[in-house]
Amino acid sequence: MIKQFLMNLLLSFIWVALTGSMYYTNFLFGFLLGFAILWIMSRNDGDRRYFYKVPRIVSFVFYFLFQMIKANIQVAYDVMTPRYFMRPGVVRYPMNARTEMEINLLSMMISLTPGTLILDISEDRKTLYIHVMYLDDPKKFVQETKTGLERRLLEALR
Amino acid sequence: MIDILIAILSTIGAFAIFFASLGILRMPDFYLRLSVTVKAATMGVGLLLLCAAILFPDISVSTKAIAIIFFLIITSPIAAHMIGRAAYLTGTPLWKGTIIDELAGRYDKETGVLNNEESEEQQGDPAKGQIAESEEETK
Repeated sequence: MIKQFLMNLLLSFIWVALTGSMYYTNFLFGFLLGFAILWIMSRNDGDRRYFYKVPRIVSFVFYFLFQMIKANIQVAYDVMTPRYFMRPGVVRYPMNARTEMEINLLSMMISLTPGTLILDISEDRKTLYIHVMYLDDPKKFVQETKTGLERRLLEALR
Repeated sequence: MIDILIAILSTIGAFAIFFASLGILRMPDFYLRLSVTVKAATMGVGLLLLCAAILFPDISVSTKAIAIIFFLIITSPIAAHMIGRAAYLTGTPLWKGTIIDELAGRYDKETGVLNNEESEEQQGDPAKGQIAESEEETK
């Protein structure tokens, strides 16, 4: 897994050295090329997790950006118009994330989505307390976050 | 092509910062202000820095701008979390329109430790907590 990632980085640096322009588009193209080469080379290997993981991470980043822009527009609309549409509340959110890294990334993602803010985490690291701006039903919010953001994040990490 | 992209991105970034500052003025209570400000400001500054990274063909400018975006995204949620937690611990009231507060009564009174189990004396009414009763208290 980590070996394949380092190999991929090495291949992209070789591509950059051969083409001679250290620009991020060129580096990205080299990375893609190296990814394709490694994918073809390791067709018979046992450990192919790396090739599922990279597309998942990329799709997670785009999903997160899309969510962030969507929520930003909602908040901007609420700030502009004179009436308040928000129904704030503090929700108890039981996490599936277990390790420190997963909890850190999950709380960061939740905090960066407009409308939600982490207030605290319980001492045994099992629940988050989230301040939500647009809360229709706490159960529904927990369900949506679990099946949307958290599931995608854990799929990308594990 | 690049010019149009930069124009679009920097306009969106400037608007995000504008809405963040308008949000400070308009939101009714502390948590909502924090909620609006931190994210919109992060997105706005991030987009403006991204424009700078694209605009200058110099690699050193791009790497610095991307590093600043990275650290901004890492640090600002933590700052928001610490400010929000401190506000809750010192008893800043929530807005009267708040529909539920599941954090109320979960802190240990002496130590400030947050227990997962609900403490016994406040088990009856989790929705009440410290939600302000009138308009004046929130301002």
